[in-house]
Amino acid sequence: MMQIMIERPTFVSDTAHLPDPGGGHREIALSVSHLTKRFGDRVAFEDVSFEVARGEVFGFLGPNGAGKTTTVRTLATLLAPSAGSASVAGFALTPPNGVEIRRRIAVMSESPGLYLRLSVLENLECFADLYEVANPRERIAWALGAVNLADRTHDTCGTLSKGLRQRVALARALLSEPEVLFLDEPTNGLDPAATREVHDLIVGLRQGGTTIFLTTHRLEEAERLCDRVAILNTTLRTIGRPAELREQLFGRSLIVRTRVALADPDRTFAGLSAVNSWRADDAGVYILTVADPDAAAPVVIRALVSAGADVLSIGEERHSLEDVYLELIEAKGQVGV
Amino acid sequence: MKLSARRIRAIIVKELREYRRNRYIIIGMAILPLVFTIQPLIAVLDLGAGASSLIAHEHVLLYMLGIPALVPCVVAASSVAGERAQATLEPALTTPIRREEYLLGKALAALIPSLVVAYSVFGLFLVLVVLLAAPGIAVSLIQGPDLAAQIVFTPLLATWSIWVSIAMSCRSSDVRVAQQLSTLASLPAAFAAIIIAVGVIPPSLPLAIGAVTLLLALDVAGWLVVSRLFDRERLITGAG
Repeated sequence: MMQIMIERPTFVSDTAHLPDPGGGHREIALSVSHLTKRFGDRVAFEDVSFEVARGEVFGFLGPNGAGKTTTVRTLATLLAPSAGSASVAGFALTPPNGVEIRRRIAVMSESPGLYLRLSVLENLECFADLYEVANPRERIAWALGAVNLADRTHDTCGTLSKGLRQRVALARALLSEPEVLFLDEPTNGLDPAATREVHDLIVGLRQGGTTIFLTTHRLEEAERLCDRVAILNTTLRTIGRPAELREQLFGRSLIVRTRVALADPDRTFAGLSAVNSWRADDAGVYILTVADPDAAAPVVIRALVSAGADVLSIGEERHSLEDVYLELIEAKGQVGV
Repeated sequence: MKLSARRIRAIIVKELREYRRNRYIIIGMAILPLVFTIQPLIAVLDLGAGASSLIAHEHVLLYMLGIPALVPCVVAASSVAGERAQATLEPALTTPIRREEYLLGKALAALIPSLVVAYSVFGLFLVLVVLLAAPGIAVSLIQGPDLAAQIVFTPLLATWSIWVSIAMSCRSSDVRVAQQLSTLASLPAAFAAIIIAVGVIPPSLPLAIGAVTLLLALDVAGWLVVSRLFDRERLITGAG
């Protein structure tokens, strides 16, 4: 397992602060306020607002055409916003700040965009110079090592597989030690082992203080890596920690399985103060909505035993981030931004 | 605005490495000079010794200025359109490079092989004339002012052709279309060199000074105008 720590200077920001899990406050790396991008009459994304703390892994999810890539391109100064404002790495997103912002960020787009006639080393040398990286040789060697490509240094990029090209693109994005790293589908086309290496790399970068803006279709990837996720479908549908989103959308519930269906389930469950509501899902399967599953489970078991039921299992119902995603994307209205 | 020599050099080195490994560019850069060399070479080698007094009043060598006017189109026209086609433009533009640096790097990278080709072919032409032409022909043909014109105008014409080609490349998403439009747009410069070579416009020092001044101004203006045309948003999204 790789452990990558990157030391960087103290981030200075006098803007608002986000709470962190430890109860303190974290500095803002990305601040987006009512940002909108239109191409003529077509709206790419609209009225998007969020903040990302320094060192946070922020997942940006949404279906194809939701505006995710356009948002990244806008924050990377490639596109000018139509309305709203943003700050990236402490700089206001304005044309005069373009160079300073791009100095502090790196973008790995979905398409690797490598110079296929050049070798891996030549590609990285070019970008090390474009970023004016100090000690380019050492940095290139580090980046190639980080993506496990040190033995392919002199290979021509055109001869590499899609997965290897993706890893070269990731190495390229790491060259400049960016404060904010935009990763657009970074594990797309990678095999499971390489995917795991990239995940480990992201964790290592976060520990080093790099802010990571992760666009992905892999919801399990977002759930595993991201501190918070935002779901975009032209407008922002929701934003929060994956667990919070699940609770916000589905509440918490217990699944109870009994050997045979209860004779009078209403009488068994309705009188329990720990149970808010219940429904039968199948013969002998009951879903109980509860506020606190840990507190409710023993109470429910006692009630079932008193009612003479044979309890096969009881456990908290788990909703995945995929459930949240599908619920929000398929929902027509805007939900709890 | 402060330009970064390191970033400009990065683009030049990258471009030269790519040219070297792109056989279409190598073939393209070889064919045009051949076209411009073979016809006058055959004509000169066909001349008898008695023709030396006749060609002493002509400026056949200026015909060779067509090479720097047209050869750069082959590489410069693909400079931006080619990157768009390969999806390599976006990663480059997300680095701190300024558009002026990017374009200057592209232009210098196209200029270097263009000058090498133009001067080499011209030198080869002279060597062949000296070695193979009838007695007296070489002495009559190779005149100091024509040599000086070739040396001075080659980079000026090539630079102009490069800016025209990059402008076309910025406006086109297809490399072939960009090359065809660039060649078309560079033809007037080549045509001007040819009509001077064949004596339609008599060459003179004031004409040369005027042409140098005009080309210098056009070359600088070309950089500024093309920088304006280089719209990141349109190039990335393909809109417009």
